[in-house]
Amino acid sequence: MDVRLKVKRQDGTQPDSSHYDEYTVEMPEGATMLDALLQVRDYEDGGLALRYSCRSSICGSCAMRVNGRARLACKTKASDMANGDEPILVEPLGNMPVIKDLVTDMEVHWDKVRRITPWLENSGPEPEREHIVMHETMVDVSNALSCIQCGACVSDCTVLEVDKHFIGPAAFAKAYRFVGDPRDDTTMDRLKALSSAKGGIWDCTRCNICVEVCPKDIRPMDRIMQLREQVVNAGVEGGIGARHGTAFAGSVRRTGRLDEVRLLPESVGMFNAPRLLKELPGAFRMMRAGKLPWKDTLPLFSKPIAGIAHVRRLFDNARSEKKEAKR
Amino acid sequence: MRYAFWPGCVSKGACPELYESMILTSAKLGIELEELYDGNCTGAGVISEHEPELADALNARNFAMAQKMGLDLINICSTCQGVQSLVQEKLDRDEEYRAKINAQLAEEGLEYKPGLVIKNFMWVLAEDLGLDKLKEQVVRPLTGLRCGPFYGCYILRPSRILGMEEHPERDDYLEQIIAAVGAEAVEYEGKDKCCGFPILTNNRKNSLTQTGTHIHEAKNQGADCLVTPCPLCHLNLDAQQPSAAEVIERELNVPIIHLPQLIGLALGIDPDKLRMNRHVIGTQAVIDKVLAAVEA
Repeated sequence: MDVRLKVKRQDGTQPDSSHYDEYTVEMPEGATMLDALLQVRDYEDGGLALRYSCRSSICGSCAMRVNGRARLACKTKASDMANGDEPILVEPLGNMPVIKDLVTDMEVHWDKVRRITPWLENSGPEPEREHIVMHETMVDVSNALSCIQCGACVSDCTVLEVDKHFIGPAAFAKAYRFVGDPRDDTTMDRLKALSSAKGGIWDCTRCNICVEVCPKDIRPMDRIMQLREQVVNAGVEGGIGARHGTAFAGSVRRTGRLDEVRLLPESVGMFNAPRLLKELPGAFRMMRAGKLPWKDTLPLFSKPIAGIAHVRRLFDNARSEKKEAKR
Repeated sequence: MRYAFWPGCVSKGACPELYESMILTSAKLGIELEELYDGNCTGAGVISEHEPELADALNARNFAMAQKMGLDLINICSTCQGVQSLVQEKLDRDEEYRAKINAQLAEEGLEYKPGLVIKNFMWVLAEDLGLDKLKEQVVRPLTGLRCGPFYGCYILRPSRILGMEEHPERDDYLEQIIAAVGAEAVEYEGKDKCCGFPILTNNRKNSLTQTGTHIHEAKNQGADCLVTPCPLCHLNLDAQQPSAAEVIERELNVPIIHLPQLIGLALGIDPDKLRMNRHVIGTQAVIDKVLAAVEA
């Protein structure tokens, strides 16, 4: 089969050098994107730079964007990427600087991993031999342990696009791996740091892109949500992010529905005057447009649904069970 | 076509224009809606952050109510769809867990059985009604109107639980529907990205930068308006747009249209009845363009 590629070329030291080159290579059915790119490099254009090693989705080196999504080139069949009349678009990972062509500077990613203290901390006496852990206690972190640090999730993270301080999906998944490890005795410190850090867990938008692009099904966003749950359960200060969740649940328990009018002040803090002032023009704009009828802006009037007793019962069940489990 | 209708909290709250336009548009299309008046909030993925099992039970309650009515469930919110699909996948996969959740619903005489069909209005248009049928009913083609599709994350991802294998075009329906009503879909990068709404309270700057960037991109590509099936996205894209413009220091002023409003316009429904006048960013330019096309 003919594989048509449109590859982004760039010399990282010269920002204006970016352009696209097109290639067509003859490949066997079942060839991967990496096979096709190596064919280009070996027979069409020896100057094409790309990073790869194991060719079997273990090392994580060949992550790049294919048709706008981060993928492992070695795990992606070229035939699956065919675009009809359009060539397959191949670009370097996003959210990090390009060194050359498809090779990015992963330091951005490693810096984030360093921020979460990526090693076990245990101040207790050293065991005579190894730390023995029960199999069951590691099941929960085993998924996060399978991360190959390919950077696909970092590349496509929609928060990193607007905020380089965000710790990001891969590093949070790594953090979860240590928070959940029974050998680590700094869980509380870790949770505090992850919750209060600039670009911490509460800045994730839950957009699910990292879940979608991860070639190892780590589902980094789910790990971030588990970290949020642990922060709340451990009673660690979670700031506006945690209060947002509490206020949201409070609203549903009260009326069965979400009460948007109370959600914002309850989340940012009823006495957080500077922030509330910032939101006032927006609230007036909405009222003027008839989006927040007056009767609904007075919380006294938000009426619960008919079956509210049943909704509250579900809340009470869940919470008493949680208390029981804690005990 | 008859459905159990879950309107979601926002269409009954800060986006009343969505609810009203949905009622009119679906009636015109021959879609009957039996509203779940006693349904509860899906939790929007927020309750599940802290209390996942509670969120599952709350959603199972809505599912069971739809099943009791013997109807498929329709929603008008990308976020509701995503949460409902995710919970349903968990409940359908794990019999033991389902029994545990059902035990809590029993007191209300409810039980969730696997296999409920849950569809966003966008999916219903493309799959149950059919785009050809939709085209036939268009009396006011939206010729010349350039619409930027804006999906909302939860109706696209994670794709494995959103029926994308069975319906691989679900990530293209918005473009197809825009074309079916005679308008033109504008291609721009942000169409499947995050509107930023979930972090509006926690990180206002990031949230508004996201929303502003997408609107600005679409505007640069010549969009007259954005169209969205998600009222939560609408809250950021429309109600927060003036603030987003300040944050990204760009002029925006791009109307944001709910999907049922777009369909309603093409079906000839009066724009005022579709509550096109209940937007923070005025929609008159869109209405003028639509009416001018008819006169021409």
